[in-house]
Amino acid sequence: MNPRFVVAKVTGAIGTLAFVLAFNFFLFRVVDDNPVDNLFRGRNLSPTQIASLEERFGVGDPLALQFVKYVRQTLQGDLGLSIKSSRPVSDVIMDSLWPTVWLVGTATALSMVIGTLLGIHAAWKRGTVTDSSATAFSMITYSMPDFWMAMVLLAAFAINLRWFPTGGFEDAGSTATGLSAFLDQAHHMALPAITLTLGYIGEYMILMRASMLDTVSEDYLQLARAKGLRDTEVRRRHAVPNALLPLVSLSALNFGYVLSGAIAVEAIYSWPGLGRATFNALEGPDFPVLQGLFLLFSASVIVANLLADLLNGYLDPRVRLS
Amino acid sequence: MTEAVLELRDLHVTYRAAGVDVPAVRGVDLTIGPRDTLGLAGESGCGKSTIAGAVLRLLPRATRVEGEILLEGQDVLKLRPGKVRAVRWTTAAIVFQGALHSLNPVQRVGDQIAEAIETHARTRSRRTTTARVGELLERVGLPARRRREYPHQLSGGQRQRVLIALALACEPALLIADEPTTALDVMVQAQVLSVLEDLQRDAGLALLFITHDLSVLRSSCRRLAVMYAGRIVEEGPSGAVFDEPRHPYARALASAFPTIGDPASRYRPSGLAGDPPDPTALPTGCPFHPRCPVVVDDVCPSLDVRLRPAGPAREAACVHVGGDDDG
Amino acid sequence: MSELSDVVVPGSAQSPRSVAWARRRRAAGEVWAAFRRHRQAMAGLIILLAVTVMALVTPLLADRTGLSAVDSLDNPVWASPSGDFFLGTDNLGRSVAVQFLYGSRTSLLVGVAATMLIVVIGSLVGVIAGFIGGWVDSILMRLSDWFLVIPFLPLAIVLARILGPSIWNIIFVIGVTSWPYVARITRAQVLSLRQRLFVERARALGASRRHIVRQHILPNVAPLILANATLAVPIAILTETTLAFLGLGDSRNPSWGKSLEEAYTAGAITRNAWWYYLPAGIGIIAVVLAFTMCGRALEEILDPRLRERR
Repeated sequence: MNPRFVVAKVTGAIGTLAFVLAFNFFLFRVVDDNPVDNLFRGRNLSPTQIASLEERFGVGDPLALQFVKYVRQTLQGDLGLSIKSSRPVSDVIMDSLWPTVWLVGTATALSMVIGTLLGIHAAWKRGTVTDSSATAFSMITYSMPDFWMAMVLLAAFAINLRWFPTGGFEDAGSTATGLSAFLDQAHHMALPAITLTLGYIGEYMILMRASMLDTVSEDYLQLARAKGLRDTEVRRRHAVPNALLPLVSLSALNFGYVLSGAIAVEAIYSWPGLGRATFNALEGPDFPVLQGLFLLFSASVIVANLLADLLNGYLDPRVRLS
Repeated sequence: MTEAVLELRDLHVTYRAAGVDVPAVRGVDLTIGPRDTLGLAGESGCGKSTIAGAVLRLLPRATRVEGEILLEGQDVLKLRPGKVRAVRWTTAAIVFQGALHSLNPVQRVGDQIAEAIETHARTRSRRTTTARVGELLERVGLPARRRREYPHQLSGGQRQRVLIALALACEPALLIADEPTTALDVMVQAQVLSVLEDLQRDAGLALLFITHDLSVLRSSCRRLAVMYAGRIVEEGPSGAVFDEPRHPYARALASAFPTIGDPASRYRPSGLAGDPPDPTALPTGCPFHPRCPVVVDDVCPSLDVRLRPAGPAREAACVHVGGDDDG
Repeated sequence: MSELSDVVVPGSAQSPRSVAWARRRRAAGEVWAAFRRHRQAMAGLIILLAVTVMALVTPLLADRTGLSAVDSLDNPVWASPSGDFFLGTDNLGRSVAVQFLYGSRTSLLVGVAATMLIVVIGSLVGVIAGFIGGWVDSILMRLSDWFLVIPFLPLAIVLARILGPSIWNIIFVIGVTSWPYVARITRAQVLSLRQRLFVERARALGASRRHIVRQHILPNVAPLILANATLAVPIAILTETTLAFLGLGDSRNPSWGKSLEEAYTAGAITRNAWWYYLPAGIGIIAVVLAFTMCGRALEEILDPRLRERR
C-alpha cells in the first residue's frame, strides 16, 4: 500500500483523537471544576488531607496546566477515580469491557452478514416480492428504538415463553467452567445479541441494496454477461466485490451506532458491559466514569474508522496504487 | 455461397419502460458474410446499439425481441440459456466502449481476459491461459506484462486495446464494435482504428462496426448501413453511401463530419434541425419527414417508404429514390 | 402556478426576481406532482398528517390532569384495556391513552424543533464553508469530521446529563450533535452552485455576497436541505426517545420515550402489562417510518441519480 496514504490516515486519526481528548477535558471541566469536592463529599477530611488531594488533582492550577496533567495521566492509563465506588475508572472499564466486546462484536458480525446478504438479494431481484419485503422489514426494524425492541423481546421470550434468562451474564452463583460456562453465557447473551442484530440489519441491508443497485447498472457487468458468465458468477465475481467497497467505511461509522445502542439494551438485560456501566454512571452522576467511557467510545470509533480506511485502501486498487 | 456469419431477418426489438412499449428496432434485415465488414451508423437512440445487445441476448428481461437472429446459421432467439452463454464470446464478441466503466475497476485486466478464456475452455491450465493473455495483449500492441495492471493505470487508448484483446479471447467469428472510438481523442482514435482494421484483416474476422461517426466507417468498412428511428434507411458500399448518399438523412449525417484531408468539407457543415423522434410517438408516414429538407408535403407524411433499390448493390428508403427521381 | 408562468412573457414589466420565483414555484409544483405519484411518500404523509392532527387536538380529547398521579388515585392500577380506559392504566392508575396522546405532542415537538436547529446550524456552516472557502472551509469541515466520528449518542447523553432534564435542553443537545451531515451536504451543493454560470454572472455584475447567497444559493440549496431535514426528524425523535428512556427526559412534558421509561421502571414487562409499553413504541415506529418514507421519496425525486435505486 502507498505509505503516504497510510501516514496521512494515521495522522488524521491521531489528530481526531487529540481533538476528542481536549473536547473531553473541557466538556467535563464545565460541570466538574473541583473533583476533590465531588469525590469526597460528606467525608471527614482534615484541611491538610484536602490540600494534598487538591494538590494531586491539580485543583486551583491554571486550566492549561490541568489540561497537560489530564493528558499525561490519560496517556498513562489513569482515568481518575469513580465517585461512586472510589475505584479507579480504568478498573471499572476493564471489568465491563469484555462483555461488551462479545455482545457488540457478535451483533455487528451477524447484522453485517445478514444485512449484506439481504441487500445483495433484494437488489439482484429488484422490484420483486423478495425485494419489497426485505426493504419493508429493514425500514421497520430501523424505525424501532433498540430498547423498545429489547423490552418486547424480553417480555415475549424471557417472561412468557421462558426460552431465555431475563438478564445477567451467567446463572447466579454459577461455578461452571469450560464449555458449560460458555454455553450458559451464550444463552444469556442470545436475547441482547438478537436485539442489537435486528436493530442494525436494516441499516446494512438498505446500504448494501443501494450500493448493489449502483453497481448493477455498471457497464462491466454487461461485459461480464457478454463473456458468457452465469448470472451467479457475474454477481459473485463482479457485482458484489465492487458493491462491498463503500460498505467498509460505512460499517465503521455504524460501529458507533451499535455501541450506542448497547447502552440501553445492556441496561435492560442487565448485561454487565460498558453500556450498563454508562447507564449506572448517569445516576449520581459519576462524571469521572462517564468521562472515561466517553473517551473510550470515541477512541474505539476513531480506531474503527482508521481500520476501515486502511482496509479500503488495501482492497481498492484505485486507492492502493494511486 | 458460404453461410453468413450474422443474418438478421425482420428484427424487431421493443423495450418496456414504466408500462409503455418503446419500439427501438422496427424491422431490420442485415447480412454479414465471413471476413465481411459492415458499418452501422445513426444518431444516438436510433436503435443501433440495441442490435448489438440483441445479437448476444444482453437486453433487459422485459424486452421483446422478434424476428430471427442467425449466428452462423443458428437462431440465438431460440436457444436455451445454457446454449446462449456458450455462444457468447465464442461465436460473437463485443468490443465495448473504452470509457473507464467497461472494465471491472478492482480486477487486473489480465484476469478479466483470462476469465473469458476460462469460462469457455475449462480444461486450460493456468499457465497456458496466462501465456494466451500475454499473446492477446501483444496482438493489440500492448506489452504482455501490462496484464498485471488495473484499468485505472491505463490510458483511454490502452483500455480500448485491452477491450479489443478481450473480445479476441475466444477467437470469435464475428466482432461487434460498439462505439469503440467514441471516448478517445482523435490521435488515439486513429491508432485504435488501425489495430482493429489489422486484426480484422489478419484474423479473418467478420466485423459489425457501430458508431455515430460516419467518417470513421468509410475507411474501415466495406459496406455501410444508416439507421433512423429503428430502421435502416440506406445501405450500400461505403464509398458510394458516404460520397453520394441517396437518403436525405444519410446526406445530413455524411456532411455533419468533415472528411479528413478535405478542407472544403469543413466549410459546409449542414447540421440537421430538430431532435431524433420520440420512439413512443413516431411521426406518421416516413418518420424522417418532420426534419427532412426535401420533404414532399402531400406524400411523405402519409407514405411509409421501405427500402428500395437505389443503384448497384444499394438500397434507400425515400420517395426521391427510384423512378423518375432516380439519377 | 400556471397563471404566473403565463404572465411572464419577454418584454413585459416582470422583474427578473419574479421570473425566478415563478420558475421555482413551477419546479415545486413538479416535485409535488412526483411526490403524489409516489405510493410510499403519500402513505408516510397521511400517517404524519394523522399524528399531527392527533397531537394538535389532544387538549380537546383529554385533560392534562390525566397525567397526574394525584388526580388518578381513584382509578384502578394496572387495569388492562376496557371501555373506561381504552389503553388501560399504569401502576399509578393513570390512563395510558392520555399519556399516549400527550406523549405524541412532546415527541413531535422535539423532533421538529431539533431538526430545525440541525438545519439552521448545518446549513449555516455549509453555506459559510462552501461560499467563503479557504481556511474557514478547512476548519469548519475538520470540525464536522470530528463531530461525525464522535459517537453522537454518548455525546448527547453526556451533554444532556450536564445540562439537566428539560425538553429545550434535549432539543439543544440533538441540534448541536447532529448538524455535520446537513453541513456537508449543503457545502457540496453550494460548491457546485458556485461554479455555475449564474453566480459567476451575478458576481461579475458586482452583486454583494449577501445578495448572491440570498437570491441564488439559498433558494437552490433549499430543496435538498428539506429532503435531508425530513430524514433528520426520525433521528431526532429516536434520540429523544433514547435519552428519555435513559432517565434524561423532562418529567413535566412526558414524551413517548419518557412513558416507556416509566413503564420499564414500574415493571410493566414482568407484569405483562403490554398495553403500557406497546402503544408508545408503535407510535414512535409509525412516526419515524413516516418521516423516513417521505424523506427518501423527496431525496429520490430531487436527486435523479437515486431514481435508479427504486
